[in-house]
Amino acid sequence: MCSRCRDGIAGIAILLAASFGCQREQRNLRPEPTGQAMFTPLKGSNPSSGIAYEISEGQRLYTWYNCSGCHANGGGGIGPPLIKTSWIYGGEPAKLFESIAKGRPNGMPAWGDRIPEYQIWQIVAYVRSLNQQEPSSATPKRLDTIETNPQTIRAARARTGK
Amino acid sequence: MIPLVETSRELDEEQERGTLERAWRHPGGFVGWCSYTTHQAIGMRYIVTAFLFLLAGGVEALLMRLQLARPENGFLGPDRYNQIFTTHGSTMMFLFAVPMMEGMGIYLVPLMLGTRNVAFPRLNAFGYWMYLIGGLFLYWGVFTNTAPDVGWFAYPPLSGPQFGIGKRVDFWAQMITFTEISALCVATELIATILKMRAPGMSLNRIPLFCWAMLVQSFMVIFAMPAVMLASNIFLLTDRTVGTHFTNPAEGGDPLLYQHVFWFFGHPEVYIIFIPALGMVSSIVDTHTRRAIFGYPAMVLSMAATGFIGFGLWVHHMFATGLPQIGEAYFTAASMMIAITSGVQIFCWLATMWSGRIRMTAAMHFVFGFVAIFVLGGLTGVMLASIPIDLQVHDTFFVVAHFHYVLIGGALFPLFGAFHHWFPKFTGRMIGETAGKATFWLLFTGFNLTFFPMHILGLKGMTRRIYTYQPEMGWGPANLLASVGAFVILFGGLLFLANVIRSRRHGLPAGADPWASGTLEWAADSPPANYNFVYLPVVPGRYPLWTDPKQRGLVTGVRADRREVLVTTIMDAAPHHRYPLPGPSIWPLLTAAGVSAGLIWAVYQFSGYYPAIALGTAGLIGWFWPRTPAGDER
Amino acid sequence: MSRRRTLPAISALLLSACAGPQQSSLNSAGPQAGHTESLWWVFLGILSLIFIAVLGVMLAALARRHPEFEPASPERTATAADRTGRRLTRAVAAATIATVAILFFLLVASVSTGKTIAGLASPSSSLTIEVTGNQWWWYVRYLDDNPQRIAVTANEIHIPVGRPVQIRGTSQDVIHSFWVPGLNGKRDLIPSHITTEWIQADRPGRLRGQCAEFCGLQHARMALWVVAEPESQFEAWLDRQRQPAVPPSDADTQAGYQVFMSHACVLCHNIAGTPAQGQVAPDLTHLAGRMTIAAGTLPNNKGTLGGWILDPQSVKPGNHMATISLKPGELQPLLDYLGSLQ
Repeated sequence: MCSRCRDGIAGIAILLAASFGCQREQRNLRPEPTGQAMFTPLKGSNPSSGIAYEISEGQRLYTWYNCSGCHANGGGGIGPPLIKTSWIYGGEPAKLFESIAKGRPNGMPAWGDRIPEYQIWQIVAYVRSLNQQEPSSATPKRLDTIETNPQTIRAARARTGK
Repeated sequence: MIPLVETSRELDEEQERGTLERAWRHPGGFVGWCSYTTHQAIGMRYIVTAFLFLLAGGVEALLMRLQLARPENGFLGPDRYNQIFTTHGSTMMFLFAVPMMEGMGIYLVPLMLGTRNVAFPRLNAFGYWMYLIGGLFLYWGVFTNTAPDVGWFAYPPLSGPQFGIGKRVDFWAQMITFTEISALCVATELIATILKMRAPGMSLNRIPLFCWAMLVQSFMVIFAMPAVMLASNIFLLTDRTVGTHFTNPAEGGDPLLYQHVFWFFGHPEVYIIFIPALGMVSSIVDTHTRRAIFGYPAMVLSMAATGFIGFGLWVHHMFATGLPQIGEAYFTAASMMIAITSGVQIFCWLATMWSGRIRMTAAMHFVFGFVAIFVLGGLTGVMLASIPIDLQVHDTFFVVAHFHYVLIGGALFPLFGAFHHWFPKFTGRMIGETAGKATFWLLFTGFNLTFFPMHILGLKGMTRRIYTYQPEMGWGPANLLASVGAFVILFGGLLFLANVIRSRRHGLPAGADPWASGTLEWAADSPPANYNFVYLPVVPGRYPLWTDPKQRGLVTGVRADRREVLVTTIMDAAPHHRYPLPGPSIWPLLTAAGVSAGLIWAVYQFSGYYPAIALGTAGLIGWFWPRTPAGDER
Repeated sequence: MSRRRTLPAISALLLSACAGPQQSSLNSAGPQAGHTESLWWVFLGILSLIFIAVLGVMLAALARRHPEFEPASPERTATAADRTGRRLTRAVAAATIATVAILFFLLVASVSTGKTIAGLASPSSSLTIEVTGNQWWWYVRYLDDNPQRIAVTANEIHIPVGRPVQIRGTSQDVIHSFWVPGLNGKRDLIPSHITTEWIQADRPGRLRGQCAEFCGLQHARMALWVVAEPESQFEAWLDRQRQPAVPPSDADTQAGYQVFMSHACVLCHNIAGTPAQGQVAPDLTHLAGRMTIAAGTLPNNKGTLGGWILDPQSVKPGNHMATISLKPGELQPLLDYLGSLQ
């Protein structure tokens, strides 16, 4: 292979590798405030998907806005679990956005008039990460709380018989 | 080469030299270049690579100083600034300081000991490749927005899985694996070389002080580096990639556990950087005052004591964490005690200078600068050892000033002195003395302009690691002065580079011993041949080249047609046996590449360690595959 | 002024720029910081003399020409004459012994100062303040045995002059460090640990402190203010902090109240006596009485508060306040309402 071709391939490979990291590690600290309460998403796809900072913000907001009050850490309680394969109202990002923003029958409140759009997308990204639908390199393996990973808890129970 | 000795026996030096040339010849081509196992080549690779990382760290420093020059400056945002100061610290500590000292050791120790190579040449090459790959790995992160942003010591929970967002901290933690493997390789081979491969007659009390320094440092590396691998890899990296709970209080872990284990490494780390510099200063001082270093036994014992006591100080980095006061007081005492051992070194050098005939070369300028700057830094260290004072100035710019005074003064200035001192040996040409002295004055002035005001800033309450500050705090003028000083340092560095480049081409040819020095490295060619000496020397005293030639000797009977060295006893360096060293080999690079691929994979998935082990094992099989020593084939 | 205080006063003058917030360790307002400051001057004095001595010897070595070493042969150059050797040995030994003695003295001084400061801890003190570090603000709680008398505030601490105060610190997320240089050294705030420190102000005034352990994106903007005031003023202030929020009194503030309750504000902030009971952000019940907002980042007035609410990320990028959107005509009533929360 000629040396120019080699250089070209090397350059493309480096750029690809760079773009993966650059995409995942974005810190977009200053969102564009939208001018209204947000009941339908402005964008079709989740702008927060695949970005570690956004997923982390989604995790923080999940706790701060007390989603865990009904959904626990994904296992559900008063509300349905959020770690699952079949979603009542759809598990795609846009559908999750609508569930959060407009609410759903049987008790899910509408948050779109309080939570800004960009934060709803962050929560959507986090919920999808609970279901391993976000890149694992952008998803934290655990949080600084008691162990909540269902697989770990199941395994621990199997070991100790509790 | 200086004829070491006049003998009555007929020695055909020309024939011996020719045979050695053939046995020690470097292989050609790119693959051959990757296969070098001679210590001069690998030492120089370490030195050049570490110097490039020094420049990278310097760029990061200049960026920081540009941001802090004015209050509420908008040059760098918080995220970028956090990445830059973390990368600056990590680069300087892991990618510049320790590898540079090791590179100087790898290059100079076999020459000073009168042998032909380090004890494990292929391990030497492997260590370098691991270091290079680790450094490039971190900087690949830097250029893909994945530079670590949690400080060079990366305390959890900030660096933990919840708050250390993304892969940045994982890159940092794995970079440490690379550099610590490299450091352990170098430490192992230096200890073996210094203890077992000295020239006959070089008993323990005749070893050059630089070699003693490298011996102490190597032992320190072996005891300290595993601690940082434990902290960064086992605690932090597995918490982040596997989900363990070492630092998670909710499940029984503790963030302070990380701090203890990290600083158990972190404090000896600074002595690992500093002690080789002490050895360099001794080499420069004895040559350029034209007398032996005063108080050799005190110098050796104080270096060893520094190394030993250095392991008992680590809690002084944690005085603010609320540990029991009685325990903390012990660490105050130990932290002050170590000033005694460093003080003894300074006093002995002063005594040497007092009673010697000082030749104010550029190298000696750097030694004087070292004494001034390092002593000031050491004294602020005594202040920091006091708990009440530390609780006020900890985590402020006072500490930044302190450690730059002791690290730049105590390691960088001796290093630059060493560059000017050994440049003739490395390159065969004299370095420009006037430019060297101008370099010193630029670096000295710029350094003090930059870092002295930081003492004041710390006392005025300016905390570390802040990307900006408010105008009404009154910190603006001192920060501006510090930023100006940083650019003066830059000019000093550029002048040094220009001097090196020019002197390599146009400097006066140096000959083997331009300084009329006393130690063995000056008996080899400039630059040394791959085999260092045609005949290995026999050593009658601490300064072989200053003794009567009639008392020196040569070793005959070591084979020249293969890469053979003489192994001697530990205490008296009596010849014990001859040993064939391996020739050039590509296996260190292949093994390093395989292990590195696995380690990089492990940053993303823990299972990456399995290919690391598998590929490493495969590499080692090729490495150790039995083959006839070069020269024995018939 | 007594001689003991002259030097520190001069240095404080030299070290302080024009009138700006004092965050200097050498401008102590209380006994703990005062003892540390005195210790500092002792250390500085002694160690400066040592530095000058070492530098002097080094420069003298450079300046002198040693007469004994006209080199006749390599041996003469390389070994010192015996007499010189003995003199040098005595000099080095003397310097080493002096070093040991001085360091021992400094050790004793340091440990004794530490003991004195520790002795200022007063178990019978009646004021304990719990400080919890958050990214990037300070949660402050005045403890009391009677739960009705517990007061919660944020980013600003008031203490009575002359009374020892215990700070009990912990952290909600990462490691922070509580540091008010005018009062005492720093204490790290570590999640799952409780670290304690005693402070005491000997004169009224305002002292600035800052987080001193790197804690993320906005570590630079995590300041706090300590206001030391006479006992009566302090008690009045604390009483006010215990009260629920001032209800909105006119149409304007009522409109502002509605704005607050209908936006994301209620999800994070607490205004006692209203439905806003969020616990994860600074308490706003008595916001209007504070000197600064955003943990010492901006002075507290209508303009800065409005700018902060509309675009917090431009002031403190990365901080955890949501960027909400307000309709025209919502901002002013909201500011009026918040401004009424004395």
